[in-house]
Amino acid sequence: MDYAVRKNIWKNKWFLGISFSLILTLFVLAFSSGSQAEASLPEVVDYNFHIRPILSDKCYTCHGPDANKREAGLRLDDEMAAKAELSESPGKFAIVAGDLEKSELVHRIWTADENELMPPPESNLKLTDRERRLLQKWIEEGAEFKQHWAYIPPQKVDLPEVKKTSWVKNEIDPFVLEKLDELGLAPNPMADKERLLKRAAFDLTGLPPTVEMQDRFLADESSDAYEKVLDGLMESKHYGEKMALHWLDVARYADSHGYQDDGLRTMWPWRDWVIHAFNENYPYDKFLTWQLAGDLLPDPNKEMLLATGFNRNHKITQEGGVIDEEYRIEYVSDRTNTFGKAFLGLTYECAKCHDHKYDPISQQNYFQAFAFFNQVPEKGLFGTIDANFADPPNMQIFTEDVEELLHFVNKKDSMPVKVMIMQDSVDMRSTHILDRGNYDAPTTVVRPFMPDFIFPFDSSKFEQNRLGLARWLLADEHPLTARVFVNRIWQEIFGTGIVKSSGDFGMQGDLPTHLELLDYLSVDFRESGWDIKYLMKKILMSATYRQSSEADKRKLERDPDNLYFSRFPRRRLNAEFVKDHVLASSGLLNREIGGPSVKPYQPDGIWESATSGRGLLQTYIQDHGGDLYRRGMYTFIKRTVPPPSMLMFDASNRDQCEVRRLQTNTPLQALVMLNDPHTLEASRVLAEKLMEEEKSLNEMIQSAFRQIVCRKVKADELEVLEEYYAEMKTTFEAEPQRADSNLMVGEYPRLKNEDIPSVAALMQVIHTIYNLEESISKT
Amino acid sequence: MANPLFEHKLNTNRRHFLSKLSLGVGSLALGSLLVPDMFSGKEGESDALPLGFSHFAPKAKRVIYLFQNGAPSQLESFDYKPKLNDLHGQELPESVRNGQRLTGMTSGQKSFPLIGSKFGFKQYGQSGAWISDLFPNIAKIADDICIIRSMHTEAINHDPALTFMQTGAQQGNRPSIGAWMSYGLGSENKNLPAFCVLLSRGRGNGQGVYSKLWTNGFLDSIHQGVQFSSGEDPVLYLNNPKGVKDSERRNMLDKLDKLNSMSYEEFGDPEIHAKIQQYEMAYRMQTAVPEITDLSKEPEHIIRMYGADCLIPGTYAANCLLARKLSESGVRFVQLYHQGWDQHGNLVGEMPLQAEDSDRASAALVMDLKQRGLLDETLVVWGGEFGRTNYGQGASSRENYGRDHHPRAYSIWMAGGGVKPGVVYGETDEIGYNIVKDPVHVHDFHATMMHLMGLNHEQLTYKHLGRRYRLTDVHGKIVPGILA
Repeated sequence: MDYAVRKNIWKNKWFLGISFSLILTLFVLAFSSGSQAEASLPEVVDYNFHIRPILSDKCYTCHGPDANKREAGLRLDDEMAAKAELSESPGKFAIVAGDLEKSELVHRIWTADENELMPPPESNLKLTDRERRLLQKWIEEGAEFKQHWAYIPPQKVDLPEVKKTSWVKNEIDPFVLEKLDELGLAPNPMADKERLLKRAAFDLTGLPPTVEMQDRFLADESSDAYEKVLDGLMESKHYGEKMALHWLDVARYADSHGYQDDGLRTMWPWRDWVIHAFNENYPYDKFLTWQLAGDLLPDPNKEMLLATGFNRNHKITQEGGVIDEEYRIEYVSDRTNTFGKAFLGLTYECAKCHDHKYDPISQQNYFQAFAFFNQVPEKGLFGTIDANFADPPNMQIFTEDVEELLHFVNKKDSMPVKVMIMQDSVDMRSTHILDRGNYDAPTTVVRPFMPDFIFPFDSSKFEQNRLGLARWLLADEHPLTARVFVNRIWQEIFGTGIVKSSGDFGMQGDLPTHLELLDYLSVDFRESGWDIKYLMKKILMSATYRQSSEADKRKLERDPDNLYFSRFPRRRLNAEFVKDHVLASSGLLNREIGGPSVKPYQPDGIWESATSGRGLLQTYIQDHGGDLYRRGMYTFIKRTVPPPSMLMFDASNRDQCEVRRLQTNTPLQALVMLNDPHTLEASRVLAEKLMEEEKSLNEMIQSAFRQIVCRKVKADELEVLEEYYAEMKTTFEAEPQRADSNLMVGEYPRLKNEDIPSVAALMQVIHTIYNLEESISKT
Repeated sequence: MANPLFEHKLNTNRRHFLSKLSLGVGSLALGSLLVPDMFSGKEGESDALPLGFSHFAPKAKRVIYLFQNGAPSQLESFDYKPKLNDLHGQELPESVRNGQRLTGMTSGQKSFPLIGSKFGFKQYGQSGAWISDLFPNIAKIADDICIIRSMHTEAINHDPALTFMQTGAQQGNRPSIGAWMSYGLGSENKNLPAFCVLLSRGRGNGQGVYSKLWTNGFLDSIHQGVQFSSGEDPVLYLNNPKGVKDSERRNMLDKLDKLNSMSYEEFGDPEIHAKIQQYEMAYRMQTAVPEITDLSKEPEHIIRMYGADCLIPGTYAANCLLARKLSESGVRFVQLYHQGWDQHGNLVGEMPLQAEDSDRASAALVMDLKQRGLLDETLVVWGGEFGRTNYGQGASSRENYGRDHHPRAYSIWMAGGGVKPGVVYGETDEIGYNIVKDPVHVHDFHATMMHLMGLNHEQLTYKHLGRRYRLTDVHGKIVPGILA
C-alpha cells in the first residue's frame, strides 16, 4: 500500500510519463523474450492444455459458441466447423491439419496488415509470440481437437511411480511428487507437531487446539498419534460448524432479506441443519438431494423440507413500488446461477442474456435450467417489511418438531419459527426464453432440461423436476459433481483448489494443476458413498498436507504461488475463525451451537446511518452476556451493512453465491486487531486469569503464547515479550489510573486483581501476541 | 526490504507482472496499485493487472461524487418546463408515455395529470442556464458547471437504480466506480485510502444506502470504499483504545516488528513482511485521518462558504468540506451520499429543505476547489439515480404534489476535471418526459468519467471467473460534447 511510485508519476509532466512508458515497453520486451514461459514450446502440443485456453480467451468472443456474435461464419470451439470451408470465403479454410500454407488462421495471426490481423486490434486482445507459435505447431502436428477436460468423466488412473517412496503417506502423494519431480523440487519434510496440530484443528473445527491437546499430542509417540488427533477433531461438534461456514458462502446465507429495506429473515434453522448434516456426516448425495429437492422426495419430513431452504436464501426485495414479475424472475435467476456455480462449477449466469461466449451453454440451455427453479408459488414483492420474516412458501417449526425430529434446531423459546422452503406449484408455470434476459420479453417456451455436453439428461431416467436434476447430478458418469465438490474441499484446506477457478470449470477456467489427482479423489469420493469425513481424512492424512511451510529460495522461484504444493501454504484464518481463535484461546468462547444470530460489539451508528428507516433492523441493538462470545459464524449478517470487521477480513457479504474468498492483507485489518474491543477484552480476561493462577511472569507468558500461537515460545521471543512487560509495568506503576482504564474494556466482569499495573502490563503483552502474524495463520 | 529472499520474491512478481504487460504496450499501469499485490505475495486472478492505462493524459486526477440519494426532481431543479405549467392538470398523452413501465406505486393510478413546477426558474451566467429558485448558490456557479439534462437509466426502483449508477449493473455485486478508479489508478497518498465514503441524511423522505454501493466486488478488498463516520472513530477501529498512548502503540509495533521478523527468518514468507507494512500504514493512518477530519481549524471565510452546518459532523455540509480536504490530500475518489430526495408526496414541502442543505455546500465545494486551483484537476459530480415523473403521484394540486420515479430523463451536473464549463447539454421534450437531443446513458456517463480520469473504459478490465469485466459492461460511449 505504499503509493510512492504512483505519486511520482503524477508529479512528473505527462511527456515524462510517455517516455517512461517507452522505457517500460523496452523493459517488458527484454523480459518477456527471456522469461521461462516464452522460451520453449512443449514437445507435443496438447489441445486442452495449450490450445483451447488461447482460442477461448482470444478468439471465442467472435468465433465461439454465441451464434449471434459469430463473425465470418467461423466457429473455433467445434472441430467440424473449425475445419470446414469458410462460408464467407469459398475455397478457404481456417484450419487444415498439417498444412500451414493452407491454414488461413496461421496467415491471419502473423500478418502485418491491420485489416487482416486476428484478433483485430480494436478488440483489445492480442496474441503473444508464444501463443502464435503454439497455434502454428499444433496445426503442424495435425490440429487435433479434444473434448474439454471437465466434460470427460473422471477415471481413476494408476498411481504414478515415484522414487521417494519413503515420503509417501497415501494415494495423494505420488501425484504431487510426480509434478514436483518434473519441477526439480523436493517436498518439504513433515511440519513439527505443534504446527501440524494447529493446522489440523483449524481445518477440522475452526478452533485452536487447547494446551491439553498440545501436550497430549506432543507426548504421544505412537505411530497413529496423528490419526487419533484427526479422528478426535472430526468427532467434535465443532467440526460441523467449520464445514458449514464455506457452505453458507455458497448458499448466500444471511439474516436479512437484502435490497434497500433489508428486513429481518429467520433462516437460521436452515443454518443449524447444515451444521447438523456435516456433524452427522450426511453423504454428499443426500446433502445435495435434500437441499435441491427435499420437498419432492416421497413423503418428505420436516427435516427434508428445511434443507430446501438452500434455494430460498437469495435476496428478496421489500422496496415498495417494484414490479412483481421483475423480481420473481430475479429470484429464479439467482437459484439458477447458484445451481450452476455451486454444483457444476460453471458460469451459467453468463448465458442469461445471450449464448455463453466461451462455454457451449446457449441461452436456451440457461432457461431450460431456469425452468427447474421456476415452479415456486412465490411473489417478487410479498408485502410490507415487518410482516414477513419468511415469505411463502414457508414452514413453521414448533417446539414439538424440535423435540421429535429437528432436535438440532436451537430454538430459544416456545414461539414457532418460520422458515422459507421450496415447493413446486401444482400447475407447471411455463418457462420462456427471455429476450436479453428481460422479464418482460418472453419468447420461445422451454422445458426443464440439461445440455448433453455436460451429461445427457435422459428423461426416461430423470424426472423433469428438481429431484430429477439432483439424480442427474449424482449419476456415476456425471463429469462435474464430484470434481467440483472435491476441488472446493481441497481449496478450503490448501487455500487454492487443484482447479484454481473453483467456480469456473469451463473453457475460461484455470486448468487443473493435477488433473489425475483430482480425478482420483473424485472417483474415490463417489465410491466411498460420497463420504465427506472420509475425503477430509484422506487429504489430512497425506504427506502433502503434513509438509512444513518453509519456503526456500528455490521454491519461491520455481513454485512461487505454491501451485504444485511444494510446501504447506501459510494462510491467514478466515474472518470468522480469527474471532473464534481470540475467543477460544482466552477462554471466553461460548460453545453453544446454532440458534438465532447474535449481535456482538460493533462500532456505533453503522446500521443507523444506512437504514431506509423501515423494519426491525434500523438500529443495531447489541446483545449481552454469553451472546457476546459466540462463534463468528453466528454474528448477525444484515446484508446491506454486513459486520464490518468480518468484511475487512474478506468474509462474504452474502449478496450472491460465492465459492472462493479472496485473501487480502490491509491496514484496516491491522486496525481491527489493534483496536476492536473483542481482542482487547480477550487480552484483558486472559491476563486476569493468568494472574490469578499466581505463576511466574515467565510461566504466564509461556502459557499465553501456547494458547494463542499454539506452540511453545522460543527464548528470543520470550525475551522480547518480557522486556515489553517490564517496560509497560514501569509505565503503569507510575500511572495506576491509566493502567485501570486500560483494563476497562468489554462487558465480561473484571476479576479482582490486587496488582493492577501488572495485569495491565500482561494484557499488553497478550494483546501483542494476538497481533502476531503467526497467531492468526495456519503455518 | 534488504532481505534477499524478499527482494527475490518481489522480483519474481515484478517479472510476472511485466510479462503480462507485454500485451498492453504503452501501458503505464506500473504503479502503486500493483504494490499491494506484490507485497502480499498472493496470486491474483490471471489478468489481475489492467491492460490499458490511458494512451492520453488525464484531465482529472480525483473525483468527488455528490450523490443525491433518492432522486431529486429535475423539473424543480435544472430542467425548466414552462409548458408543464401551461398544461397543468391535463392528462399525459399515451403517445408520449409510449409503453414506459410504471412502478408499483403508480401502476394502479387511473390518471396521469401533468404537474408544473411550483418553483420559479431564472437564467444565470453567460450560458443562460435555467436554474430553479431552490438552488440560488448553484445558480451563481452556472458558468463553472456543465448541466446534463439528458441522463437516462434502465431501472425504475431505488436499489437497482443506485446500484446501476454506482457499479454499472443493477444486480450482481460488481465493483463500484470508486473501486475501479482505485484499482486503475491507486492512491496519491500513502497514508489514506484511495476511495472514501461519506454519508449524510437530509430532511426529506429517505431511502437507505447499502455497502454494496461502495463494494470492491471481485477486486482486491484494498479497493473497497472506506466509510468515514461522524462518530468517535472517523474510520472504523481507528482510535487507540482508551488509556493507550501513541508512544506506547509505537513501542508495541516495534516489538511486533521484531517478533514478526523472527518468524520471517524461519518461513521466508513475504506475507509476513506485508503484514509489517500494513501495521505501519495503519499507524500512519491513525495520525493522518484525524488531521484531515478535524474541521475546526478551517478559517472563518471557509466556514461561511459551506454554511454553519459544516461544523456539525455528519451533515452534508461537513461532508462537502471533508471531501475537499480528503481530495486535496490525494484521495482518488470521494463518494458522498446525501439521503432524502424521494418526493413521492409533499414535494413542495420537502424539496426546499433538501435543496437548501445541498445547494449551498455543493456550490461552496466547487468555489473552494476553484479558489485553490484544484478544480481543473478535480471532477465534481452532482446527481441522483433517476428522475421524477412529469405527472403527479396520488392526490395532487397546484399547491402540493408528489412525483414518481422516472428513468427516461433526469438532470445532473458536473464541474472541473476536464468538463466544459458553462454548458447545458441535452434536451428533453417540452413536457420533460422524453429526451429529444443528446441522450446520455449511465454507461456513457461512466465511460466519460473514466475518460476524464485518463482511463479507457474498454481497456480497464478485470478477469473474474473466465470473463473480463468492465465498469461499462459491453456498452458506453464517451460524450465528447461535454469535454473541455
